[in-house]
Amino acid sequence: MTTAPTSTARHSASRPAKVRLRGERSPLASTALHLTLIVASVVAVFPVLWVLLTSLKPAKYATTADFFKETTFENYTNLIENTKFLTWFGNSLIVAGLTTLAGVIISASTGYAVSRFRFPGKRGLMWTLLITQMFPVAVLIVPIYNIMASMGLLNKPSGLVITYLTISVPFCAWMMKGFFDTIPREIDESGQVDGLTPFGTFWRLILPLAKPGIAVTAFYSFITAWGEVAYASAFLVGEDNLTLAGGLQLFVNQYGAQWGPMTAASVLIAIPAALVFLFAQKHLVTGMSAGAVKG
Amino acid sequence: MAVHTSQSVVKAAGAESARGRSRGTGNPPPPGRLRRALSTHWYAWTMVAPVVIVIGVIIGYPLVRGVYLSLTDANERNVARSIGVNEMPATYKFVGLDNYTEALTGDQFLGTLGWTLVWTVSCVAITFALGLALANILNRKFAGRSAYRMALILPWAIPGFVSVFAWRFLYNEDRGLLNRILSGGGIDAVPWLDDPTWAKFSVIAVNVWLGVPFMMVALLGGLQSIPSEHYEAAEMDGATAWQRFRHVTMPGLRPVSTTVVLLSTIWTFNMFPVIFLLTRGGPGEATQILVTQAYKFSFEISPRDFAQSSTWGVLILVLLMVFAAIYRRVLRTQGDDW
Repeated sequence: MTTAPTSTARHSASRPAKVRLRGERSPLASTALHLTLIVASVVAVFPVLWVLLTSLKPAKYATTADFFKETTFENYTNLIENTKFLTWFGNSLIVAGLTTLAGVIISASTGYAVSRFRFPGKRGLMWTLLITQMFPVAVLIVPIYNIMASMGLLNKPSGLVITYLTISVPFCAWMMKGFFDTIPREIDESGQVDGLTPFGTFWRLILPLAKPGIAVTAFYSFITAWGEVAYASAFLVGEDNLTLAGGLQLFVNQYGAQWGPMTAASVLIAIPAALVFLFAQKHLVTGMSAGAVKG
Repeated sequence: MAVHTSQSVVKAAGAESARGRSRGTGNPPPPGRLRRALSTHWYAWTMVAPVVIVIGVIIGYPLVRGVYLSLTDANERNVARSIGVNEMPATYKFVGLDNYTEALTGDQFLGTLGWTLVWTVSCVAITFALGLALANILNRKFAGRSAYRMALILPWAIPGFVSVFAWRFLYNEDRGLLNRILSGGGIDAVPWLDDPTWAKFSVIAVNVWLGVPFMMVALLGGLQSIPSEHYEAAEMDGATAWQRFRHVTMPGLRPVSTTVVLLSTIWTFNMFPVIFLLTRGGPGEATQILVTQAYKFSFEISPRDFAQSSTWGVLILVLLMVFAAIYRRVLRTQGDDW
């Protein structure tokens, strides 16, 4: 063990390239590191921060660079009193909430079955789940639009919820499989020893253990439905029926922009979502990569 | 009884799948096999039934209808519709592969496809490079690491359409902040979204901004799963930082990076909101990608061209599936499962 990490000095003397160990940094490298991160963080945070600041400025200063000349909540009161923001917010809540609930309920047992059992048709099902996740919105939007039109479901939350299930069901099943995979199989076996059926095992033992995973899945599918633009823009018309994604478009169209209400609305939509997200994101990535990497 | 059945399910989990067996022998299944399969697998099949039914009804059926529509001349004026109390029957007719020949021989589809490829490749490449760099930096120990991490994840935490509007605000030609900063430096205003070249640049920038956090977090997870013994061994062999990155980090990241590259390629290829909300495909059709153009056919022009839109939709799906198949094949020849 002559070449233990402590002998770096000798190495660098004998080799042209200096071997710098992990975690070992010159002051210069350290400055460069922080500088890079500061620049990157500013780029990441700035657009969001700028919208937040703009929302707190009176409308007449909206597009000026003056920061704290006057701080006012006039954009917010204006937004809530004079626009349909709360209606849109409610519509979004209903649509995204129902989509999430239905998606999670429908796909939970499938996630479990795909994680635990080997059965004829499993491979086909897994491929279907995977492929439907890469369906472009363009391939289903026209037929679904026509079907919804013929059933009188256009412009109704229920129609949009059904449509969003095309996105959320495959996604939820896939992601929950990833979470179920992380629960040891010994628990299933102990359930069987105790005389539980596979349903019983799933319902009584595994589901309670998978609660955090299900919460994360639900959260992510909520966020997906909350932020969906294409179907919402195509299927909903009339100010009263829009969801937030459609409503914000009214503030900023080709002919002009009402930046005041737009920025205030953006803040009201983004801040709660961002807070929850920042707490949940660690589990989010685990679930997604567990499902996707292991197949 | 319940115990018995559940055990057989577990046993089946260990055994070779039925499909594999039947493919191996090639013989017709022996009598009673279906019944045996049913008694062994009915738990699994019942559990997957809700998803299978839902997918069949709300994805399968529309998909089939979409493919059918792409073989017709359906548009707003000849599909079944109701005007007041009158039901108008559909009058569109079957035209075979005409839409496909038209799309594949005309300029528009191929032109849009060209830009879509440029868009996808540049977005994914830049996002991956930045995500990898940031993940490597964040994987070290230093003061303020979690604060930086939080800041860098922020774009991912904001609903996409909100971010896109925020960027539209910054890009505004007359009064947007970016041009204000430039004019402070004495540089002329840049028509961020109104000049074809700048608009392409701008939409890519926004998509990269949106995509880097996911990439970074996923790669960071990958980095943390590389055993530190590998690095110690490399250090003992006197590997430089670059050599360690090249021969330890990159191979260790392979499973994660192949997945995120596949995912982000598909997402970017289908990225509707960025283009739609930022430029609506404009100026002209300069930033129109396949998905937004297909949307435009059915929802923004008059009369709405459902057939053309469906045709593009099917072509997009075929392209993506071919891509995924090739990607998977390449991975498999290199020894990965998927």
